[in-house]
Amino acid sequence: MMANQNQMERYKLYQWIHMVSFAVNDITLYLDTHPEDQEAMEYFNHFKELRMQALNEYACQFGPLTVDTASPEGKWLWSTQPMPWEGGCF
Amino acid sequence: MWNYEKRLQYPVNITQTNPQMAQVIISQFGGPDGELAASMRYLSQRYTMPYKEVAGVLTDIGTEELAHMEIISAIVYQLTKNLSPEEIKASGFDKYYVDHTLALWPQAAGGIPFNACEFQSKGDPITDLFEDLAAEQKARTTYDNILRLVKDPEVCDPIRFLREREIVHFQRFGESLRLVQEELDPKNFYAFNPEFDVPQGNCCNK
Repeated sequence: MMANQNQMERYKLYQWIHMVSFAVNDITLYLDTHPEDQEAMEYFNHFKELRMQALNEYACQFGPLTVDTASPEGKWLWSTQPMPWEGGCF
Repeated sequence: MWNYEKRLQYPVNITQTNPQMAQVIISQFGGPDGELAASMRYLSQRYTMPYKEVAGVLTDIGTEELAHMEIISAIVYQLTKNLSPEEIKASGFDKYYVDHTLALWPQAAGGIPFNACEFQSKGDPITDLFEDLAAEQKARTTYDNILRLVKDPEVCDPIRFLREREIVHFQRFGESLRLVQEELDPKNFYAFNPEFDVPQGNCCNK
């Protein structure tokens, strides 16, 4: 039960990272051709912040998705956890 | 430089293998309108692009195309995972298998290997941006063609995402072309090539 709940939390956070990262990614392209759009910059700042928080939280709880959020202790998870093309939830 | 992020831009979770479909979808890895060609096209064109915003678009879209290449590769990988020799033979995947086993290798659906002649880096911003606009539409058509053949919702879902990104990129390249044309002589966009000719009065202070 505990393990399932943990998996559920992990899946939810992983999905959230995808959502907020996509928002950052898409608005980045828009800002490239609209570099003075204030509203778009506010949108960027908002989602970039959420993305950074989520990536840090994920790294703390489940392992790093970026080298910048890795803080190895005991075991180097970056290369020992599954790769993203392996499918499943993660 | 680049940093790897250990997740796909859009998740791929395929539970049913289908080597026949993999052989079709692999075209978006190494085919004429595939993601590898797309990424190499934009990342090659950007160095001589004299307008900062457009070099930025080429960098960011070229980077996103690498993530798309990874999505396509993940789809092909999962569609061909753990196949038996019998399944390989029955599906017609044997011609690929004999050279690559179950590894990923960039080729078109018809078996033609990836080749840099599938894209151009011409050194003229108008020419290159029209090439880029056409590339996005060709990739969109390829995804439309794939979607007519694929029935598995687990495969359709990431393919639809990729198709939509082609349309967004087309939009951004259209805006890039407008930015370039605004910098040029409105009576004759072709009066000089800003990636090569330095006209009188100088265009270097962008």
